This record gives sequence, C-alpha cells and structure tokens, in this order.
Amino acid sequence: MKIKGRAWKFGENIDTDVIIPARYLNTSDPAELAKHCMEDADPDLAAKIAAGDVIVAGRNFGCGSSREHAPIALKAAGIGCVIAPTFARIFYRNAFNMGLPIFECSDIEDAVSQGDVLEIDGDTGEISNLTTGRRLKAQPIPAFMQELIADGGLIPHVLKKFEKSSSCGS
Amino acid sequence: MKRAMTIAEKILAAHAGMESVEPGQLVEVTVDLALGNDITAPLAIKTFRKAGIGSVFDKDRIALVADHFTPNKDIKSAEQAKVLRDFSCEHGIVHHYDGGETGVEHVLLPEKGLVLPGDVVIGADSHTCTYGAMGAFATGVGSTDLAATMMTGKTWFKVPRSKKFVYTGELLPWVGGKDLILYTIGKIGVDGALYIAMEFTGPVIDSLPMADRFTMSNMAIEAGGKAGLISPDQITLDYVRPRAGRDFTVFASDESADYADVTEFDCSTIEPQVAFPHLPENTRGISEVGDIPLDQVVIGSCTNGRIEDLALAAEVIAGYRVAENLRLIVLPTTPGVYAEAMERGYLKTFLESGAVIGPPTCGPCLGGHMGILAKGERALATTNRNFVGRMGHPESEVYLSNPAVAAASAVLGRIGSPDELR
Repeated sequence: MKIKGRAWKFGENIDTDVIIPARYLNTSDPAELAKHCMEDADPDLAAKIAAGDVIVAGRNFGCGSSREHAPIALKAAGIGCVIAPTFARIFYRNAFNMGLPIFECSDIEDAVSQGDVLEIDGDTGEISNLTTGRRLKAQPIPAFMQELIADGGLIPHVLKKFEKSSSCGS
Repeated sequence: MKRAMTIAEKILAAHAGMESVEPGQLVEVTVDLALGNDITAPLAIKTFRKAGIGSVFDKDRIALVADHFTPNKDIKSAEQAKVLRDFSCEHGIVHHYDGGETGVEHVLLPEKGLVLPGDVVIGADSHTCTYGAMGAFATGVGSTDLAATMMTGKTWFKVPRSKKFVYTGELLPWVGGKDLILYTIGKIGVDGALYIAMEFTGPVIDSLPMADRFTMSNMAIEAGGKAGLISPDQITLDYVRPRAGRDFTVFASDESADYADVTEFDCSTIEPQVAFPHLPENTRGISEVGDIPLDQVVIGSCTNGRIEDLALAAEVIAGYRVAENLRLIVLPTTPGVYAEAMERGYLKTFLESGAVIGPPTCGPCLGGHMGILAKGERALATTNRNFVGRMGHPESEVYLSNPAVAAASAVLGRIGSPDELR
C-alpha cells in the first residue's frame, strides 16, 4: 500500500469537533460530511485537498467524541492517511474500522512542513518526505489490516469474507 | 497463586471467562449493555442492516436513546431519531427512549437501573465512561463496534493499564467532583490517561456522593482515559439497590494490584476550578480567573445535570436575578430529574431568576441546538468540553465549571465564586 500527497499540518489535540463539528452530525452521508472536514481549523481545507493528501498533526489526534463521522469525513474528503505521534483511543480504532490508514510517528511534526510532498509505504512503514529527502519510520500496517483498508473498512471486509465462504460451499 | 488485579482487570476477566487477565492482553468479553444515541446509532443500524444478520443478540441489553438533537431540531435530525424508532419497533428493543421518556443517556440509564456494578458496557458515545462511577467497566466505541456487539453481544478489548488517583484532605467550600476531575485533567493533560483505566480512590472519594462520582468518571475521557472507575461501596449500593432489575457483582481492586502510576492529590488546597478555552486541561482556580464577562451560562449535561447539580445551582441563585444581557439555560437531564426539580421548587427558583428551562437534551453541550453561541460570544457551562466551536461559532468560547460557580456567574455576569454573592 502506497500513499502519496501533500501534507496539511495541524497542531496537538486535534479533537473530533474540529475534524467534523457536531452541527453537521444530523447526517451520516460521507459526501456531505466531507464538505465540512476540519472546517473550524481551516474553513477552506475540504476544497483544497487533493486525493491522497496527508494530514500531519501533533499528539493525541482525534481526542473527544466517539463519532465515526470523523474518520468518515477525512476519508471522504480525500485524505490518504493521517500521521501523528499519538492518536486518541476511540479515534484510532474508528479510523481502521472505516478504512482510513493512520500512522504513529513521534518525529513527524519536525520532519514535515506544510505543503511538503510525502510518500508513505504501508508495507514497510517508511515515510519519505520527497520535498526535503528526509525519511522516517512508522509501524508498518500488517497484511490483514491493509486488506481491511482496501475493502473499505471492517464491515465491507467482514461481508466479503462471508460471501467468499458461502460461495465456495457444496 | 491468582494474580492480584485492579477492578478493571477483574471485571474484564470475569466477562472473558478467565481467572485473570493482565494489561496488554487481548480479550473477548460479553457485554451487559450496549448503547447508542441519535447521532451514532443510525450508523450502527445501517451497518447492522447491511450485515444482514437478522436479529439482535438480546433486545433487553441494547439501549437506544434519542438525546443529542432531541426534541428533533430539524428534518435531518428527525430522520435520524426515526431510524432508532423504526429499528426499535422492528426488533422489539425494550430500552428505546424518545419524546417524553427520553433523557441524557448517561444520567438516564443509571437512573433506570440499566447499568449496574460489575457490568461491561460499551456505548457509541465517548462519555459512556460515566458508569465507571458505579464500578462498571464502561467505555466509548464507534458505531461499527456497536453494530458488531448488537449482533453478537460481545466485543474485544486490549486490557488497559490502570493508574490510581488518590484524593486526600478536606474539600474547600463549593468544591465537588467537577473540580476534582478538572484539577486532575489540569495536572495530567488531555492525554495524561490515554488508553488507561483511571481509578479514583482515597478518603475524599469514599465520602463523595454518587452525583459527584458520576461527574468524575464522566470526564475520564477528557484525559484520554479508556475508563474511570470507582470501587462500589455503601454509597454505590444505596444508589443501585432500589433501581437494579437484575443481579450484579461488586468488584474491588486488590491491595497489591499493579498500577502504572499512583498519584496523590491533597484536596485541601483545591479551589473551584474553571477550564479555559479550548481544552479541559486549561484549568485555573476560581481566584485566578480574572475578569471574564459572559453572554451565556448553561447548567445541564451528562456531566452536571443531575438533581444534586440543580439543587446546588438553585441554592446559589435563589433570590438573585440573572445579569442583564446574559442568558441562563437550565436543562434537567431526565424526566425524573425534571419532575423532582419541579417538586422541590428549583424550577420556580430558576424561572424567577430569569433562566430559560429547556427539555432534557444534550443540546448546546455539543453545539447541537437550544443555546448556540454567536461569533465572539462567551459561555460558562457545567458540561465537559470546551473545544473550538463546541457550542456554536468557531470564534465563540466555552469555559467549564461546577454548577455552583455557573449559577453565581450567571448573576455576576462574569465568571465568579458563589462567595461573591454573599
């Protein structure tokens, strides 16, 4: 799994109200949520994101509410992955369940400036800053989790397995 | 010999069918109650339907509470609440709450006796950790995890490490559970307990009423905690016994249990606390607040909207008028709290002070409705989060405090202590 895109930088403790404000939670439509992604931190971000772009943030990304709408909004807005030193617990699990790759990397903030082009190799966990030439390491994403992400998240992944097992019956 | 365990480890072991568990271990556990609300349950229900499993694991062990945008604030919210209603009807969900039955989930479910000591509870709401106050292992999850539990009655956890917080000394006037937890978050930060089961102990906790304990456990998530537990004692049992509709087990940490960390706080010097924008960790003692004029005060929420909270606020505000150009919004959290506040005369006191009394709803706490802030406006709230844009416009501000300070501040027109009114 390879992700390549520009970096959008944010600070520490980016909470789920910033990722998707609760005033938009009267829907769970991904396209609708994507329009308001990170709006209170950067009102124009959703329009500026190109598919595959990367969010680079400080520690405790995704703190606050349990809303799955947060990773849904980021993914639907085109974000290829999020890299931060640490993630809040509920967000961490929700992100993978929604098929949004995330990487923990302690030195990421110092190594990346706004707009740098990054390439992330999910198989090795290697993060390359193509603008500066600097390379960093995160935990690789194991094969089963890459498959889950490629399937679009936990539920499509599980359903695919059910289909496979039922179609190869008697 | 059996490993010495914390209360969190004991509850998880019991629900995993194991003699003991240790931090870092992955366990599959049975779930006693799974809950969702009008924001998170529609996603879980969509997932549930897509999976095509058919029936829920137990129609008596799922709670669907329409409380965030209720009474439905617009067409889209009405559609979401309807998803809960239709699903509950279709699957015979016993504990579906809407209309005049509904209340703020984390006050309502303990009040109804649906959460009990020793339970494992998962909720698609981050403040599910509130039930730790009853000695339950309760934690917030996403809608997908809720959907899976609705199908199977189970979930998986990594057993968290536990950190013990010991509260000693005598509480100063107007100091309660809200101040203790804000003070704690101020000391350890909003990720000071990331992935951790916090355990609140010590002589101060031993004599703390249930309402204050709920407030403390409620805000464990604001320190990143996975759970915030208090071992049940007589105070817990006095609360639980009249309400419990099923058997329950009381667990307590072993003396020699292993903690990642033990922190002791001398409460004798802890003043009423105020959290400044835009994080709950930005706390100051009330004497260090300075001049912060207010446009709005909100008293309510799963953090501080219980009858004890309204009693405190009513005691402080009785005989006073809300400051000119300030809006005081009081939201009793359940029909039960509402009725009791009416019987005890609190609602009359609030009305006479110039407050607006709203229905039980999460409403303004998350910037949903019923008290949204305009650009540049500033609110003091008894709620749990003061993130950017939490209560409305991204350029508005939210401060957090206990109900006594909130009531006094509504009269003063700025953040201040109840002592200033006397």
